[in-house]
Amino acid sequence: MIGWLRQLLNRLRSSFPSTSQDRELDAEMASHLELAVEENTKSGMSREEARRQALIKFGGVEQARAKQHEARGFPGLDILWLDLRYTFRAMRRDPVFTCVAILILTLGIGANVAVFSVVNTIMLRPLPFYEPQQLVWIAGSKGVGGRSAQTYSSDAYKDFIVQNHVFESVTAYFAFSTDDNLLLMGNGELRPITGIMVAQNFFETLGVKPIIGRLFTADECKHNAAPVILLGYGFWKQHFAADPNIVGRAVRMSDQSMTVIGVLPENFDFGSVFEPGSKVDVYGPAILDDMEEWGNGLSLIGRLKPGVNISQAQSEADLLFPHLHFDLKHPNWGGNYSAKLTILKEYVSGKLRRSLIVLWCAVGMILLIVCVNLSNLMLARAAARSKEFAMRSALGAGRGRLVRQLLTESLVLSGTGAIFGLVLAFLITSYLAHQGSIALPLLNSVKVDGTALAWTLFITVATAVIFGLAPGVKMSRNNLQDALKDGGQGMSEGKKHERLRSILVVSELALACVLLVGAGLLLHSFLRVLDVDLGFEPARTAAIKADLPYNNNGDQRGAIARDMLQRIKAIPGIEAAGTSDNLPLGMNRNWSLGTHDKDYIQAHLPPTFVYVVTPGYLNAMGIRLIEGRDISWQDAAGNQAVVIINQKAAKFLWPGEGPIGRTAQVASKDATVIGVVADVRESSAETESGWQMYLPRTQFGPVGTQLVVRTSLPPEVLASSVMSVLRSINPEQPAVEFRTIQGIVDHSTSPRRFFVYLVGIFAVLGLVLASLGIYGVISYSVTRQTQEIGIRMALGATVSNVQFRVIAKTLRLALIGIALGAAASFAMAQAIASLLFAVHSNDPPTFTGTILLLTCVAVLAGYLPARRASRIDPMIALRNN
Amino acid sequence: MADSKIDLLQGTLDLMVLQTLAAMGSLHGYGIARRIEQVSGEEILLNQGTIYASLVRLQERGWISGEWGTSENNRKAKFYSITKKGRKQLAEDAVYWQRLSGVMRRVLAMQGEGGDE
Repeated sequence: MIGWLRQLLNRLRSSFPSTSQDRELDAEMASHLELAVEENTKSGMSREEARRQALIKFGGVEQARAKQHEARGFPGLDILWLDLRYTFRAMRRDPVFTCVAILILTLGIGANVAVFSVVNTIMLRPLPFYEPQQLVWIAGSKGVGGRSAQTYSSDAYKDFIVQNHVFESVTAYFAFSTDDNLLLMGNGELRPITGIMVAQNFFETLGVKPIIGRLFTADECKHNAAPVILLGYGFWKQHFAADPNIVGRAVRMSDQSMTVIGVLPENFDFGSVFEPGSKVDVYGPAILDDMEEWGNGLSLIGRLKPGVNISQAQSEADLLFPHLHFDLKHPNWGGNYSAKLTILKEYVSGKLRRSLIVLWCAVGMILLIVCVNLSNLMLARAAARSKEFAMRSALGAGRGRLVRQLLTESLVLSGTGAIFGLVLAFLITSYLAHQGSIALPLLNSVKVDGTALAWTLFITVATAVIFGLAPGVKMSRNNLQDALKDGGQGMSEGKKHERLRSILVVSELALACVLLVGAGLLLHSFLRVLDVDLGFEPARTAAIKADLPYNNNGDQRGAIARDMLQRIKAIPGIEAAGTSDNLPLGMNRNWSLGTHDKDYIQAHLPPTFVYVVTPGYLNAMGIRLIEGRDISWQDAAGNQAVVIINQKAAKFLWPGEGPIGRTAQVASKDATVIGVVADVRESSAETESGWQMYLPRTQFGPVGTQLVVRTSLPPEVLASSVMSVLRSINPEQPAVEFRTIQGIVDHSTSPRRFFVYLVGIFAVLGLVLASLGIYGVISYSVTRQTQEIGIRMALGATVSNVQFRVIAKTLRLALIGIALGAAASFAMAQAIASLLFAVHSNDPPTFTGTILLLTCVAVLAGYLPARRASRIDPMIALRNN
Repeated sequence: MADSKIDLLQGTLDLMVLQTLAAMGSLHGYGIARRIEQVSGEEILLNQGTIYASLVRLQERGWISGEWGTSENNRKAKFYSITKKGRKQLAEDAVYWQRLSGVMRRVLAMQGEGGDE
């Protein structure tokens, strides 16, 4: 025993550089021996003899060292080292346990870090601008309505800059730039790129500095200035191979030569902040003087002066905005402006906060389930190791020492899990960052950063403490004698273990139940969203952006479109075709719609979404005509203006009076209502339709041309023949691709899909872990009761009898867990009610489905051990003792 | 003759060290060991090396303090001296031991009388 200790100490010492205490002791002992030798020689001994006597008296240097070591206690590092070595040995001894534990931890921690990175990027981290908390989003029409309702005219913008006292600067960008609105020329290939026009002070206001070159000057924002552009980082890298000498070079775009004046930094991504899901390549100056006739179109962003808060700014805006001019040349055209001020960060990610919190909670629950599961595994192992621990405490290890050992083990496990988890999180985040099609803000800047690493460290330690402490305390409290006596065959201590494990399994099932109900409710909502009557038919419909030559003459404009459509319809496989300037769920604009028939205050009518279309568009898009007729080519520029309105507008303007043939006021022009169509979800699948109107391309000016075709063939097959028609009309038609309307719908539902998928994955993970947990406990109890079952069978219990007992036990545990979980789920469902769509928070199918699913899984998890139990051979079981 | 030497009881060495330091002032480990041997009339079995376990224990409890110095014949050694706290402890322990040894003497004396009857 002493020898063993000495050996251990020796080994320890050799594995460590000696401490200062060790060195001091050595020096002290050396001086001791010298003093002794000196005294002995004085008394007449030979030097040799004196030394021998001194050593005899001293009684063994090593022993003295060991005793002193013992007396001063182990230094912390020694113990840690000892525990670590022991842990690694224990882990090697039980590779299955180790692998399972690390796998579970990897999934749990990886998912947590990945979700934390998303939450951190979208919700917690400030926007990548200078002092972003001072930036304010200024939205018109109290933030409701389409884009033109929420934007301002250039004169209003200029007025506001001069009149306000609360903003250090106010900037703007043109909100009606569409994707692929510019044509990059050169290298023979025409390439569509996306450009956006921003006010001169845009980047200065945000605090974004170019990495090379400079920003716009005031002169470059004047009428007839030579065109200049700033390049986005990604575009510069891809198209100009990150050429450092790009500044000053002329680039041909849409028939114009533009001079590059600078490149913006990598972390500036306009799309990810202001237009989630789209990517901006180049930035040009907004020439305000040229935009006076454009109507509303500028989105405003202001930087508050230091010390001004948002409510002060809001009260000033409430005073100023109603008096701003829509157009200075027509001072009597009231702007009817108002403004709703929101902190920019809130505008960008405020709507997502609740979803993100739910996601965060879901992934946190996963981690809890992981902890519970590991606690369970550790307990199972603890039972097997109880003798080892009893032996250790018999040899003098204190309770603290044993808990410490167990905590070291769980820390090593969770640390290893965390390392793999970080790798997993890194993979997930880099995958997400490249999902341009998910319309979530800032998603492309998601990465595992320093904060996420700190979070990882925190959850790793927390996890280790949670799953290591319970078994540790439990274990160290073991009565020594009981543990040594307990043969591990269903004795009292084993039973106690089992009770704790059952509690853990019950809580695991309850957690899984909450997760499943949550995921079920969200999934059901998602299905409801997919089921929404959009007002058009996305299937078999595709759109392509046609670049038709613009013509101010309505009849000529119509003739070009008519010619194109005739040729397009001649392509085999195309059943219907038409054009519109905007598509549902995409860019939109608002005009006013009213009638002289009634006495309305125009400002009180909702803004109306405008679509300038050709005949055949409604048919191609699958928008149902309720009454009246479609637009025809006979509705020429010189004829009576006509309009088709949607049911919602019709019901309000002429309730029960038959709107066909009535005269409507369309943006202060009279037009005859010729048809009523079904309401289309224009903003998102989940948003109720607003007022909508469809105007003939011949009579009203379109803002672009989206060619929509309904086809029996996949759009890719048609692409080349459609493109050759477009090229024959406009040789400079850029090579753009068909977008299926279904794709546009999917893009619009992508945030919800994103959350549903993630929560769904977590719920499945939770279910798997919980079923593993229940399987583990039941299987373990069957093993412990092998003898008992053997006796029962020897006494005549049938196979089904034995199986029934095991499954009944499983079900009892499962039902308690499910009952608790269902109760908790009701509370959880209330909390997420606002995220649900057309699904009640107590949705019976979801609750019933979850309960059934969990019960089935529990029965299955119990069936496997039950089958094993029923195959026990009584002879072998009894002989085993 | 080594067989007839007295084994040290647990804790007695600490007390001896304290008393030695209290009586002699500052001493190094060897000096303490020698002093104890001399006082005990070479009657106790002392592996001198074990004194260092005692010294480190007493130091950790704050009853003695130690610092490096030079002995009269110019050798470097660590010199220990008793602290205030140590003196207090010594007083308490001394009382305890005196009481214990008194009791022991009386108990043993009683046994002797019983044997005579």
